[in-house]
Amino acid sequence: MNGAPLLVDALRDPATVAGIGAQGWTALLTVARAEQLIGTLGHRLDGLALPDRVAAILADARASAEEGRRRALWEGEMAWRALAPLGCPVVLLKGTAFVVAGLAAGQGRSIGDCDILVPRERIGDVEAALLAAGWEWVKPDPYDDEYYRRWMHELPPLIHRDRDRMIDVHHTILPLTARIRPDAAALIESSVPLANGLRVLAPDDMIVHAAAHLFADGDLAGGLRNLWDIHCLLEEFGVDSLTARAQHHGLWSAVWRAARLANDLFGTTIPASWQVWDSGDPLVRRRLLARDDWGRPSRPVTRLGFYIRSHWLRMPPAMLARHLWIKWRR
Amino acid sequence: MRHRFDVRVGPVGFRIGADWRAPIAQLADLYRDYAKPADGIPDFTVRLTATRPWRRWIRPSVAITGDYTLPEAAPLPLAQGLLAAEMAMNLQMALGWRRHLLLHASVVENNGRALVMTGESGAGKSTLAALLAAQGWRFMGDEFALLDPDTGALHPFPRITSLKNQSVAAMAAIKPDARWGPLLAGTPKGDIRHLVPDASAISAMDVAAVPALLLFPRFGFAAAERSVPASEALVRLTQASTNYTALGEKGFVALTRLIASVPAVAIDYPDGDTALALIQRLMR
Repeated sequence: MNGAPLLVDALRDPATVAGIGAQGWTALLTVARAEQLIGTLGHRLDGLALPDRVAAILADARASAEEGRRRALWEGEMAWRALAPLGCPVVLLKGTAFVVAGLAAGQGRSIGDCDILVPRERIGDVEAALLAAGWEWVKPDPYDDEYYRRWMHELPPLIHRDRDRMIDVHHTILPLTARIRPDAAALIESSVPLANGLRVLAPDDMIVHAAAHLFADGDLAGGLRNLWDIHCLLEEFGVDSLTARAQHHGLWSAVWRAARLANDLFGTTIPASWQVWDSGDPLVRRRLLARDDWGRPSRPVTRLGFYIRSHWLRMPPAMLARHLWIKWRR
Repeated sequence: MRHRFDVRVGPVGFRIGADWRAPIAQLADLYRDYAKPADGIPDFTVRLTATRPWRRWIRPSVAITGDYTLPEAAPLPLAQGLLAAEMAMNLQMALGWRRHLLLHASVVENNGRALVMTGESGAGKSTLAALLAAQGWRFMGDEFALLDPDTGALHPFPRITSLKNQSVAAMAAIKPDARWGPLLAGTPKGDIRHLVPDASAISAMDVAAVPALLLFPRFGFAAAERSVPASEALVRLTQASTNYTALGEKGFVALTRLIASVPAVAIDYPDGDTALALIQRLMR
């Protein structure tokens, strides 16, 4: 058995699970849990002839994802009730947006926090309205608080005191310190209204955001799930106007790389002209698949490399040195 | 991982991997009469790994991880590896199990009728379960009661019992010929020893029972007995459940049905004999 590739194969082509045996199933289910893709796997394999035990575990995973979906919808609704009086657009992001909009990417997806995007000039009003409606600060640390407010693309996380659920309020999709500056006003301008008053990003922007989240921010932790999101979005929306939109946001290279890797790992349909060899792809692929049969993170050197890269992308060197120094002293 | 042991407890299959041989050998010995996971496919993976690569050898330190992990779960020294395994198995159940509503409770059964006992640590639910087992009741578990949301039945989870401090000697007196694990001295929970349940409990670990009584015992007070209203029982059991919220409506339906179908009683007791007499009368 060989860890993460088992999961990638099963998601790409469910027929590959035939004959993997008890050891193979054990590894597959463990890796799927570790990558937060067990609910997705449950949907992909639904209807196949499976060993009883596997069928039971995946049925639980689907039920669990369904409950998660219901809670995400409710959390979005509660945020809307708190924010609707402000009269400013509230755009749902990531998992919550996928399930609210009924997209394939939301099928079985695990959803953590409720992520929303609001206009930067209204962020103070949004913060006040959420605090008045029962959300509270998670991190009362002054340095972290200042760091978020000055440099990040979101408010410090808030948690609701009764429902114990987090909300991340974004005003753009990459940290302010990053070298790439997406057009946040255009994201909101083009967003699509839903029946309940909330909004989701336009299809191209949704893909751009997912790619930005995967490559331009963070160390690729949970990367397989993010790449699966991108696979589903590309299949559902196509790529006709994607290049121009991604270029507008300065994120074409991230989108292109995401599309190449989704095509490579999940067989996503992409234009032939996009399928070129890139010297960076094998390393990213290596990082995405760094998970063994026991669900343990593997390839520590590759992981460390991407961890350092994530900070490098996020801030200029002098600022990075200062940040790491302050964090290290604690 | 280098060392591995698989076991099934009631409906739940576990795969436990460790960097060291000792905890796996202890588990294999204590769980030797238990079945293996159905189809050879466990529900959960538990990992006992070194907190840092060198901590496998130098002052070995066991991180409690697996499919589900709590960042705040503190590591334990290798001498307490068995406790680490037990805590990691409980953690998988508490955070990951969805097939049943889980209640932190002990369960014993007599003539197909199950008694569920729940309360704070020290209320005596483990000790009372062992006392009743010594009287011929079937021990169904003293960590989690597994309530089936579809049928309302209780499923056994007769895991190895972990006993703390004075309860070790108390239990040794009740069950002189029981099989025990090694004494784990000075753990974060005090001195701990693991007790293997009766053979009858292990061999009947797939046999469900119908709930008959909900008991909220409290040790160390003069004998008293009070009927618990449904509203109070509901609140207390939601607090005693690790997956009530995660199950959503299914959890609410299962719990309200349980409370509507059986009497709920709180008892105070100064000693085991008093409690046994109260319970015998209540279960009649």
